Amino acid sequence: MDPHALPALLPALPELWLCGAALALLMIGVFGGDRSTRPLCYLAIAALLVTFVLLLLGPEGRTVTFSGMFVVDPFGVFTKGLVLIGAMLAIVLSLGYIRHEGMERFEFPVLIVLATVGMLLMISANDLIALYLGLEMQSLALYVIAAFRRDSLRSTEAGLKYFVLGALASGMLLYGASLVYGFTGTTSFEDIARAVSVPGATDALGTLVGLVFILAGLAFKVSAVPFHMWTPDVYEGAPTPVTALFAVAPKVAAIGLFLRVMLEPFAALAGDWQQVIVVISIASMVLGALAAIRQTSIKRLMAYSSIGHMGYALIGLAAGSAEGVRGVLIYLAIYVVMNVGTFAVILCMRRGQGMVEDITELAGLSRTHPMLALAMTVFMFSLAGVPPLAGFFGKLYVFMAAIHAELYGLAVVGVVASVVGAYYYVRIVKLMYFDAPTDAFERPIRGEMAAVLVATGVLTALFFVYPAPLLAGAATAAAALVP
Amino acid sequence: MLYAVIVLLPLGAAIIAGLFGRLIGDRGANAVTCLAVIASAVLSIIGLAESVEGGSVERVVLFTWFESGSFTATWQLRIDALTGVMLVTVSGVSALVHVYSIGYMAHDPHKPRFMAYLSLFTFAMLSLVTADNLLQLFFGWEGVGLCSYLLIGFWYRRPAANAAAIKAFIVNRIGDFGFALGIMGVFLAFGAIDFDTIFGGAPALEGKTFSFLGLELDTLTTITFLLFLGAMGKSAQIGLHTWLPDAMEGPTPVSALIHAATMVTAGVFMVARLSPLFEYAPWTLAFVTVIGATTALMAATIGLVQNDIKRVIAYSTCSQLGYMFFAAGVSAYSAAIFHLFTHAFFKALLFLGSGAVIHAMADEQDMRKMGGLYRKLPVTYAVMWIGSLALAGVPIFAGFYSKDIILEAAFASASPVSGYAFWLGIGAAVLTAFYSWRVLFMTFHGAPRASAEVMAHAHEAPATMTAPLIVLALGAVLAGALAYEPLVGTESAFWGSALLVLPEHAVLEAAHHVPFWVKAAPTVVAVIGILAAWYMYIRSPATPARLAAAHPELYRFLLNKWYFDELYEVALVRPAKFVGYWLWRGGDGRVIDGFGPDGAAATIVRLARRASALQSGYLYHYAFAMLIGIALFVTWYIYRLGL
Repeated sequence: MDPHALPALLPALPELWLCGAALALLMIGVFGGDRSTRPLCYLAIAALLVTFVLLLLGPEGRTVTFSGMFVVDPFGVFTKGLVLIGAMLAIVLSLGYIRHEGMERFEFPVLIVLATVGMLLMISANDLIALYLGLEMQSLALYVIAAFRRDSLRSTEAGLKYFVLGALASGMLLYGASLVYGFTGTTSFEDIARAVSVPGATDALGTLVGLVFILAGLAFKVSAVPFHMWTPDVYEGAPTPVTALFAVAPKVAAIGLFLRVMLEPFAALAGDWQQVIVVISIASMVLGALAAIRQTSIKRLMAYSSIGHMGYALIGLAAGSAEGVRGVLIYLAIYVVMNVGTFAVILCMRRGQGMVEDITELAGLSRTHPMLALAMTVFMFSLAGVPPLAGFFGKLYVFMAAIHAELYGLAVVGVVASVVGAYYYVRIVKLMYFDAPTDAFERPIRGEMAAVLVATGVLTALFFVYPAPLLAGAATAAAALVP
Repeated sequence: MLYAVIVLLPLGAAIIAGLFGRLIGDRGANAVTCLAVIASAVLSIIGLAESVEGGSVERVVLFTWFESGSFTATWQLRIDALTGVMLVTVSGVSALVHVYSIGYMAHDPHKPRFMAYLSLFTFAMLSLVTADNLLQLFFGWEGVGLCSYLLIGFWYRRPAANAAAIKAFIVNRIGDFGFALGIMGVFLAFGAIDFDTIFGGAPALEGKTFSFLGLELDTLTTITFLLFLGAMGKSAQIGLHTWLPDAMEGPTPVSALIHAATMVTAGVFMVARLSPLFEYAPWTLAFVTVIGATTALMAATIGLVQNDIKRVIAYSTCSQLGYMFFAAGVSAYSAAIFHLFTHAFFKALLFLGSGAVIHAMADEQDMRKMGGLYRKLPVTYAVMWIGSLALAGVPIFAGFYSKDIILEAAFASASPVSGYAFWLGIGAAVLTAFYSWRVLFMTFHGAPRASAEVMAHAHEAPATMTAPLIVLALGAVLAGALAYEPLVGTESAFWGSALLVLPEHAVLEAAHHVPFWVKAAPTVVAVIGILAAWYMYIRSPATPARLAAAHPELYRFLLNKWYFDELYEVALVRPAKFVGYWLWRGGDGRVIDGFGPDGAAATIVRLARRASALQSGYLYHYAFAMLIGIALFVTWYIYRLGL
């Protein structure tokens, strides 16, 4: 290839468009000031929507561009689609919040869009350098968003913690990448794959240690134990719509990247990294189930819940098969829907004096807001994995993959952990239906909230009626990654 | 088909009244159940006439119940003279009790439930007497047990009623355990449980033994003994009789139907039905005789001193059942069934009569608070007299015929224990007459001991209650004289093949030719008993108290019912409770719950506390955790790949 020629830009059109859109939004914001926050939010949603369309119109099959740094394949399309949906819904959910809580600053939507660009780049990374760049772009935007309420002690603390630990994780990742480069002599995923697939060609231990460091960096992003410690504090401290964003979009992107890194360049080492993934997965599921039991803040509870859920998702990765990847992708899709729905309920938890976050504030919700309680019940049962709700199928597919990969212990621990975890989900349902009601939340529930609640609730409750599109899409995406 | 209708009509009524009671209301439930059972009763009488004409065993196959390997159980009705008599007795008394209940339960809020239970009981009892194999018999046996439990505890808000219901159930369980073992033994010995096979195979097994835990046991004796255990429980024979007096906690119609006329006689019926087995087990027959005679006397002595009107009659029932059993024990099965038949009338009459008294006295059952009621309750007074005369065995009344033939059979029998049975029977007859008149005198004569208010309200029962009383009174007068010839007459071919008596055991013929003094003895002792009661409760009312004071131990012994309940409390209930408590606390509480649900939950809580404690909030802790994690993984690989 001629090094001076312009690379093919068309495969990266969604990312390029979103970059341009982010800069345009920034310009509007700079000239329009904070008054333009609201229109900017709508514009950001529109920009993400256009990106989504462009994504679907992109090339079919696998295309590589930017000198092999950037890859577009069905796996990426599926994962990016989820990221975009998550980001869009997060902005939708924040509309009411930023108005009531005095967070109307124009940088907010712009930062979300920039973070989304980073996530898309991560997913498309086909090179360690591209991986790092995408990851950092995402992270830097997210650090700022986490601390977006500069006047709030907790928010700034959350942002700072996230930043420091994130920097540490990035350092580990970089160190791992340099080790891998050192032992294989390349940063390209394809070349790494070729290098490690020949036994004895490279120093296995060196590569593996490098892989462990990369893995730690990625595990930090998906908040898997023991790299999860930031999660509860950041979830609790960050403004709630930001928490909602954290809970979905970056998680999907990070898992996508995780899958790609493990299954493309390091596929030949699957026998080695599988053990680490199994340990991380078990630790995440168990800790997510146990630590959530004693939480009083619904946001902290959701933090542990997401740790647990990432553990379940990693089961599919541990299986290492196409079935496993399909399971992970189905899991992620359902996870996004359930979490957006749950955070929509949490964002409805406001009274005259402001937001409330204590779980006990939900007591008697069935009498004050029956529909809201019903929606929350659906989400809680689904998160707990009660059939026939969507969350059950998410777990079902990863467990099936684990069984077929003969990871029986992992599947058993997963089932046991989900039983333990069911306690705190069902406890919320009990609070809502059997405890004496507290004061009603503010009425009326905003239109866009109601729409999100209805959509996610229906999807969660009735997924089993017509699961075929998701299953087929996930299968195609998985086939692209694991031939 | 006729017989299937007889059996199934009450079931249909029970289902309608039980499940749709709210829909059809009290009147609807009353009408459905009463009409169904009355129809059943009428059809039974027609059926009896038919079956007597036929003389042979008729079978109505309904469906195959079980088919498993060599084991088959068909649901079929066996109709012969014995079934015919039982059908008439059961459905007849049941119909009268149904009608009576309309009046007696008029103020109860749960009438449909009550009527449904009564009808369900009738169905179970009818399927018991029509059984053609032991399993079917067992079905009816347990069915009546269940209904008995439900009806004793009908007033479930009364703790005493619940306790009595549970007691009845548990005591019956002991007998039924034997019964079930007996059925299994029959299957083991005969390879089948239908009556024809068993009866046909019994002679061949006479004297055969089997080995159990190193003991050589006679097969038939063991089987019949186990089966008789069931009969002892159901028919309240000594040892397993303690539930019957307590069962009086149920509504009085229940006592009349279940605990006097029908269910408690199921044991007698079973022994008669299985006479082809019992006949080849002389030791069991002797045991039956001893148990029956002992019960007859024991219950009669306790009846002397009880003050609850229903309890006296309950002990009387117990005692009369003893008569029936020792009649069966000396192979006079027909006499046993004859007494069962007449007893159903006069005992139901006495219970329903006492029910009318209780009804009139605002639910008072203690005779010490009655007296002087004969003016207020003339009809009840009259029928109670008739019932008592029949019970005491005064000539021309029903009990005279049946009790006479039993005592004569006992006298004439060659059984080694027949003398014991005869003399105890005579002794019990004196006591029977005495306590019957004690009831009459204490209730209806003398000065009223109830409060003036109660006395003012005392009134004769409504027609729905008095009409059944009058019908039963007619039965109590006539049943003996009319049924004597066919049931126990020398020329009678009534029974056909329904009962088997071996030639060497045949006793009825001899019973008709006993010395005159034997024939006269029951009447004479009855009169003595009546006069003694008259002397002690009318002529000289101070005597009973003086007697009780003179023999305090004896009095307390009788008043406390021979201390059976206390004995069981110490010997069985307390140890069982102790073991149960220990298993509950230690076994279930500590082991199962401790390591199971509670333990797991507690562990989770403990772990949850630790897991949350990990989250210290300090940045360097978090970073440290990450580094530790990575160090562990790297160490793992270094170790694994062997540096």
